Amino acid sequence: MLTIGLAHYLIVGAILFVLGVFGIFMNRKNVIVILMSVELILLSVNLNLVAFSARLGDLAGQVFAMFILTVAAAEAAIGLAIVVIYFRNRGSIEVEDVSALKG
Amino acid sequence: MIAALAFYVFAFILIASAVMVVTARNPVHSVLWLILAFFNAAALFLIAGAEFLAMILVIVYVGAVAVLFLFVVMMLDVDFAQLREGFQRYAPLGAVIGGILFLELVLVLGAWRFASDAADLRLAPVPAGVTNTEALGRILYTDHIYLFQLSGLILLVAMIGAIVLTLRDRPGTKRQNVAEQIARSSAVAMTRPEPRAGIRREDILRPLPPTEPAAPQRIEQHGGHH
Repeated sequence: MLTIGLAHYLIVGAILFVLGVFGIFMNRKNVIVILMSVELILLSVNLNLVAFSARLGDLAGQVFAMFILTVAAAEAAIGLAIVVIYFRNRGSIEVEDVSALKG
Repeated sequence: MIAALAFYVFAFILIASAVMVVTARNPVHSVLWLILAFFNAAALFLIAGAEFLAMILVIVYVGAVAVLFLFVVMMLDVDFAQLREGFQRYAPLGAVIGGILFLELVLVLGAWRFASDAADLRLAPVPAGVTNTEALGRILYTDHIYLFQLSGLILLVAMIGAIVLTLRDRPGTKRQNVAEQIARSSAVAMTRPEPRAGIRREDILRPLPPTEPAAPQRIEQHGGHH
């Protein structure tokens, strides 16, 4: 209990992941909170990668985590830009009536 | 002992603030809780020995992503109370699916084990006597250089994409037209008229002297109608 091992990190990561998924379900209308939940999910993935990297003594996991960080930053920027132009055009950010992108 | 205590404290605050992110009534509060979650995740990274990633997490997530969220939340004039209408309706479904997902994750965590030759299969073993940042830099700029360049390209594309998406050409704004300025002929060049003579030569009329303000008329009382 008092030595922190891999399992502790994995459990924290699992709880964080579930909270992110739960947040997507809870805030069905608010795109901004959904994006924040996606950030939480990516953070939990990073936590898992770092924990395995520390446990195995393998730096590749931290390199992966860095690339995930990069992609998450890009995703947040693009997502928020889309939210801004959507709000400018429609006057609301409700996800449920986003059907303009239908093929 | 102290590391274990610190781990529990940071993990507890991380999870509590993650709960607040998804349940806060005001999205601005959500963003602030998200910042707290990022700080605590950075502390967990530090405990795991990934110092560089911890600092990157604070700089990139707190310094850039969370501030971007904050800007957007404050910039959009959204009726947030109306956005929370389905909150109660979807909460049970979300709880059920989250619970199932968590159970499955716990089952996976309880059942897996490392392969017996996991230590030999390491891609980049941590070198001894080198700081975390230097070790990361050594493999990032050699083994993973193409991925590194590719991630830079992704960021560039994201930046250009965000600018292109949000840039709008508003009619009626006055802009500097550099090409027109450079291509200007000498016909419209500035002249230097003599002092005092210039105004007449350029056909500019002086403004007329202000007329005497009319005396305020007396308001005569004629006796009101009742």
